Amino acid sequence: MSNRIDRRFSSLADQQRAALIPFITAGDPEPGWTVAIMHSLVKAGADVLELGVPFSDPAADGPVIQAASERAIAQGVSLCTVLGIVREFREQDPDTPVVLMGYLNPIERYGHADFARDASSAGVDGILMVDCPPEEMVHLRGELDDHGIYPICLVAPTTTPERMSSIASQARGYIYYVSFKGITGANRLEQANLEKPVSELRAHCDLPLAVGFGIKGPESAAAVAGLADGVVIGSALIEQLAGSATGQQACDRASDFLAPIREAMDNSRL
Amino acid sequence: MSTEIEFVSEPSFEPDELGHFGPYGGTYVSETLIHAHEELKEAYYRWRKDDEFMARLDADLAHYVGRPSPVYHASRLTEVAGGARVLLKREDLNHTGAHKINNTVGQALLADYMGKSRIIAETGAGQHGVASATVAARLGKECVVYMGEVDIQRQAINVFRMKLLGAEVRAVSSGSKTLKDALNEAMRDWVTNVDDTFYIIGTVAGAHPYPVMVRDFNAVVGREARRQMLDEYDALPDALVACVGGGSNALGLFHPFLGDRDVKMYGVEAAGHGLHTGEHAASLCAGRPGVLHGCRTYLMDDDAGQIQHTHSVSAGLDYPGVGPEHAWLKDTGRAQYVGITDDEAMQAFHQLTRLEGILPALESSHAVAYAMKLAAEMRPDQTVLVNLSGRGDKDVQTVAELEGISL
Repeated sequence: MSNRIDRRFSSLADQQRAALIPFITAGDPEPGWTVAIMHSLVKAGADVLELGVPFSDPAADGPVIQAASERAIAQGVSLCTVLGIVREFREQDPDTPVVLMGYLNPIERYGHADFARDASSAGVDGILMVDCPPEEMVHLRGELDDHGIYPICLVAPTTTPERMSSIASQARGYIYYVSFKGITGANRLEQANLEKPVSELRAHCDLPLAVGFGIKGPESAAAVAGLADGVVIGSALIEQLAGSATGQQACDRASDFLAPIREAMDNSRL
Repeated sequence: MSTEIEFVSEPSFEPDELGHFGPYGGTYVSETLIHAHEELKEAYYRWRKDDEFMARLDADLAHYVGRPSPVYHASRLTEVAGGARVLLKREDLNHTGAHKINNTVGQALLADYMGKSRIIAETGAGQHGVASATVAARLGKECVVYMGEVDIQRQAINVFRMKLLGAEVRAVSSGSKTLKDALNEAMRDWVTNVDDTFYIIGTVAGAHPYPVMVRDFNAVVGREARRQMLDEYDALPDALVACVGGGSNALGLFHPFLGDRDVKMYGVEAAGHGLHTGEHAASLCAGRPGVLHGCRTYLMDDDAGQIQHTHSVSAGLDYPGVGPEHAWLKDTGRAQYVGITDDEAMQAFHQLTRLEGILPALESSHAVAYAMKLAAEMRPDQTVLVNLSGRGDKDVQTVAELEGISL
């Protein structure tokens, strides 16, 4: 079964461009604004959207995404709400891949089979559950496969080479490389430290490689785009959106933030 | 001679290689921490078979912790309960005042063998924080303890103790500002400082190998108690009773008795204001299976899968999850889990204090309260063994406040 993620990365490869992958927490700052923000991000140059499913105990996230999750939960945003957001987004955008990112327990409560069915019909293309390594995904994986949803896998600086190849054999869509040991939004990215693991990972894996954690703006995005097939930006974008007075303002801030990043990434590949 | 960590239990009560107890347990952590868990697992399974390591552990338990702790016949409590004989395993007499030190002594020794210079820990009531700060001080290691703001308020004495011991106590203001949030924050620290840092988890939860390792280090309680029962009473107890937050003191007592089919086991959860009110911390009695803090287990969440705030008068039981092996013992029926309310625990706190001159921790008071109910329904020739997991000095202020007394 062909997946939007494969199609998108394959056309980007033809154009020699790296994927720009913004992450926003669904329902933050306001649940009613998320669909419009997603469309703005696409217009400003996003190739894949990562949509955070808010969770009460986001142990891998830094303060920015923690706060975004808490705001969303306080407004009643649940996994069910998130699927509704994707469904509405799909009405106008049939092509941009959407990946849900979060923690396992909301999917446990929803039920694996029900989730895979509803996520697929809503138009979700992949899921990345931070607290679910491939070895714990066996049951959920079966349900996802049945509905053509990709499990997106993480690789970290602490991942051993043997494990890299095992993860690569199970991953679909793209590999998400965590750029440093730490939590989301921390300021620890050093481009020089990326070259070795990225080339090592390429030796184990044919999938496109996206890099995330610590990418803050045009300069760091361009540097990473020179090495990897995709660049994920989360906390820095969420900080921009926080405190917007209206949905329109949030959309403007999203595109004002993303457009220069897109430009810098494309220039770095010229 | 080293008392090896031995397994009296049936094989079905041991987890598989990935740490699964039936459908529970496992390794639900972010990729960055997988290697740290692998490294820990390797070190733990290696050193626990090493004679020198085990001899050092035994020596620490004897000369530093003060083991063995006695089994005490609470005769006046027995009389008031009016049934089975009530015995107390006196973990409250340990150095630092609770069973927690059994585990921290073991994990700190392991940290030393692994060459880790920095120790982090989470704490609820502060007992595990104090026990971690204590072993860190003794080994000359840097120590950071994460503690929820709410718990810092209600356990001021333990916070000061940790500081006296040289630990840095970091207040956690996210989420419900209690134990679960302290755990999240400790995980964030570990993921950032994974190379030089050893994370001492205080209970039988978390990802593999923590539930097994913490259980094994606490199983000295049950091994001793089993031997003491045979030596001093010439019989095994008919029932074991222990309080369950994460469940480390309960598993420590239960585990060496798992193969003794006639010994019944009761884990006592915090029913707070009552199970029907929703304001409690009884994940086994009133929760359902899910995934939290590295393992699949019973937990308290809402219909969207968000972890719920819990309530208990005792900070040490105020946790929305529970160790995965307890989840398995519940489902297999090997142990039963019951709830005791704040009020019942407070009553038991006063009873034990006045009848036996023993001031129990509010956590342990839950076990005492249930043991009295249970004993009342049993014959005088039967025996209930309670794990008196901690002493109540740390709770004096809480008790005074609850009763409107200003100190």
